[in-house]
Amino acid sequence: MSAVTVHLFASYAESFGAHNLKIDLAPGGTVADLVAELRSLPGSFVLPSAPRVAVNQKFAAPDQPLSHGDEVALIPPVAGG
Amino acid sequence: MIRSAIVEREINIGAIIDAVKSDDAGGVSVFIGTVRDVSDGRGVAKLEYEAYRAMAERELAAIVNEGVEKFAVRSIVAEHRVGELSVGDVSVAIASAHAHRTAAIDCTHFVIEEIKKRVPIWKREHFADGTQEWVDPTARVEAPAP
Repeated sequence: MSAVTVHLFASYAESFGAHNLKIDLAPGGTVADLVAELRSLPGSFVLPSAPRVAVNQKFAAPDQPLSHGDEVALIPPVAGG
Repeated sequence: MIRSAIVEREINIGAIIDAVKSDDAGGVSVFIGTVRDVSDGRGVAKLEYEAYRAMAERELAAIVNEGVEKFAVRSIVAEHRVGELSVGDVSVAIASAHAHRTAAIDCTHFVIEEIKKRVPIWKREHFADGTQEWVDPTARVEAPAP
């Protein structure tokens, strides 16, 4: 199993009721697998069909594999400016 | 001078302009974003900006560097403020300097548009009626042009 820390912000943090989640993934698990895991949690209704995800502070594609210890963040629609 | 920052303090526009001005730059283009008092017809009392700080700093620096490469500006400073802001406060400021105006203006325009697409910053509107909500630009329908 690989354990990844998922950071949540803004509307996502409110909906999941947490700013950080630890998620266990099977070896070779991808960003898409992680999102699928998150969809089983309460509050996940807030996620759009294809949420933006960052891995180690860079935007990542759904097929990107995750490694133990990766810093993953779910990025709600940004609203800076 | 090439600098970008996510800040919690007030943005000093004069200091940003002074930082990019130079004798060989004939044009300085400045964008200043401020907190508006109305959103979708509702009165706004204040705004709260939250950032994924480490990534926001990194992404803002990447955008500024892309601007330098694309438009060959001499100097550029971009700052975005986070935390609680009141109506009229400056939330973002960008100043680009180039020998000629077009490149300076284009660079500043590029940077603000990219910030709006890519920098992980969110804002919560606190309305005058006491309610609050996170802004989701993807859920908004543009008002028809008058």
